[in-house]
Amino acid sequence: MAAKTLTIDGKEVSAEEGATILDVATDAGIKLPTLCHLDGVYDVGACSLCLVEVAGMNKLLPACTTKISEGMDVKTDSERLRKYRRMTLELLFAERNHVCAVCVANGHCELQTLAYSQGMDHVRYDYSTPKWSVDATHRLFGMDHNRCILCARCVRVCWHIEGAGTKNVSGRGARATIITDLNQPWGDSETCTACGKCVMSCPTGALFHKGSTAAEMEHDRDKLEFIVNAREKKQWLP
Amino acid sequence: MSKRIVIDPVTRIEGHAKISIFMDDAGNVSDAIFHVVEFRGFEKFCEGRPYSEMPGITPRICGICPVSHLLASAKAGDAIMAVNIPPAADKLRRLMNLGQFIQSHALSFFHLSAPDFLMGWDTPQAQRNVFGLIAANADLARAGIRLRQFGQEIIEVLGGKKIHPAWAVPGGVRSPLTEEGRAKIRAWLPETFATTQVAFDLFKKTLTRHQHEVQIFGNFPSLFMGLVAPDGTWEHHGGKLRFTDSSGSIIADQLDPQKYYEFIGESVQNSSYLKSPYYLPLGLADGMYRVGPLARLNVCEQMGVPRADAELKNFKQMGRGAVTSSFLYHYARLIEILASLEYVERYLDDPDLFSDNLRADAGINSLRGVGVSEAPRGTLFHDYTVDANGLLQKVNLIVATGQNNLAMNQTVAQIAKHYVHGKDIPEPMLNRIEHGIRCYDPCLSCSTHAVGQMPLRVQLIAPDGTVLNDVARG
Repeated sequence: MAAKTLTIDGKEVSAEEGATILDVATDAGIKLPTLCHLDGVYDVGACSLCLVEVAGMNKLLPACTTKISEGMDVKTDSERLRKYRRMTLELLFAERNHVCAVCVANGHCELQTLAYSQGMDHVRYDYSTPKWSVDATHRLFGMDHNRCILCARCVRVCWHIEGAGTKNVSGRGARATIITDLNQPWGDSETCTACGKCVMSCPTGALFHKGSTAAEMEHDRDKLEFIVNAREKKQWLP
Repeated sequence: MSKRIVIDPVTRIEGHAKISIFMDDAGNVSDAIFHVVEFRGFEKFCEGRPYSEMPGITPRICGICPVSHLLASAKAGDAIMAVNIPPAADKLRRLMNLGQFIQSHALSFFHLSAPDFLMGWDTPQAQRNVFGLIAANADLARAGIRLRQFGQEIIEVLGGKKIHPAWAVPGGVRSPLTEEGRAKIRAWLPETFATTQVAFDLFKKTLTRHQHEVQIFGNFPSLFMGLVAPDGTWEHHGGKLRFTDSSGSIIADQLDPQKYYEFIGESVQNSSYLKSPYYLPLGLADGMYRVGPLARLNVCEQMGVPRADAELKNFKQMGRGAVTSSFLYHYARLIEILASLEYVERYLDDPDLFSDNLRADAGINSLRGVGVSEAPRGTLFHDYTVDANGLLQKVNLIVATGQNNLAMNQTVAQIAKHYVHGKDIPEPMLNRIEHGIRCYDPCLSCSTHAVGQMPLRVQLIAPDGTVLNDVARG
């Protein structure tokens, strides 16, 4: 595969054709804010937090789904990018009901960590305070749609790591929601293997172990990476 | 012409409230009402949440007594799981509750109430607060602040933070006491005993000066309710409920707190967001009962620890039968601080507190769970109804301040009748009325106005709405 040479934040780097800007930036030690990206599953560009500027293009591009090309000049940090990232985060907080203080994932939440790191000290938009329910029908796990940011990580790990295909996205726009099988209670699902990968993949407290109390839900992402490495690279060392 | 005096807001209490005093044509006080003007809605917006999240949500009701809600909520969760929690977890919860008693009572005594009775009712309002106390007696103020800090330290040592620790959970607690934490508490204890002794000495001197206040600050017959152990010893986290009357006779004993609805009724008044619970068998008119330090000391036979027991004997002599003056809540609070310190000292030698068997595990085994614990201000009930998956269908919280609501109204009326005559509203009178409320250390949740800097406004209003007199301060 041919190598491509490009510039990221003024630094000349080269990478194999087919790599994404996010791959290359990560290899070059540049940390981009991400939320829907999860090591071990493919990217979908759902959250728009890893947006970057590419010279010659007016629109901002998601680093996780944009392939590199020869001579590309990428900027991962600018006033404009910071503004849009913060706006995106604020919209995520305003869209559903995120109450960090009492959330099971408080202190272990990627959305919360990003908000801190991007300097989000308040939300400028009106909270939409929608009425979403909690699905607590599963024997082991719960799904709180109030805390879901529709990153679809759970859907991707369910289909492409576990291979069960239980989780799906239904509906569009603000009404989009994560469903189980044909939109039935999780506890009634015949396809769910109760493996818990979706719970481990969730960046927020939307998916949790039942009985979790405030700030108690920690996600072990390394397990997902371990499974993928074992399967694809035949490496069984954690 | 009848008139109405409004004190709004009431200061140096936790939360927002106002007082209305109604006057008859002759210019005498006919009635008084204590209104709680804030609306929280916790019972409603918790519906739909998993019961396991409640020990995280309900402590947010208040920054002063989050531990009380935490513990009552965890206990309601235990009941839904239908488990007996590990003995070590029960002891650890008790230790945290003792820390809560110490910090909350120290706050009430030193920060909120002491400026009144140590500096005098007639001291100008600008100086009659904790800063005035610091200026007048810095050592005392500092010792009081440190006593509160000690209580907070116990909470932090166990729960990881001073306010809103999500440490007690349905089925037990998350973590044990550490050696480091024990050493910290042990080293600090002697100072706290010394401070408490200073407070006792001061209060007893105050008492001889303020016999008048003892007679009129909420001195009336009522029932008293609190948890007691099977042998009648003071309880703060377990045990069963006991009601006594003002003659000191037990009228009901060892009532199952889980079935509170069989003996406690709740009435709702249009004038306040606070519900008024009453003892059901006697009805709303005669069923007024008081909870909190005064009530707990009235219903118990002994504290169970030597130094506090000696003080309890002295306390019991202050009433014929029961001690009926609400001014003596302050004294009862000091006795409870002393008892808490003695119990903390006792717990420090208990090896159970380092156990790692701290949490029972179970599913939903009961669709209704009631958790009851003594909060510093009185008995606290959390009553949850869940569906088969553990999502809340109904939440009922009966808080201490609500249970004292009827008694607070009567206290305000008693003081106002004594001091208010005619159109003039002297400043010291306002403060005496407010102090009647402060005796109960009411927690109207969420905000603390410990500085006493909020403006106080009293209006005399004629039936046609004309303002006859308007006194503002602050």
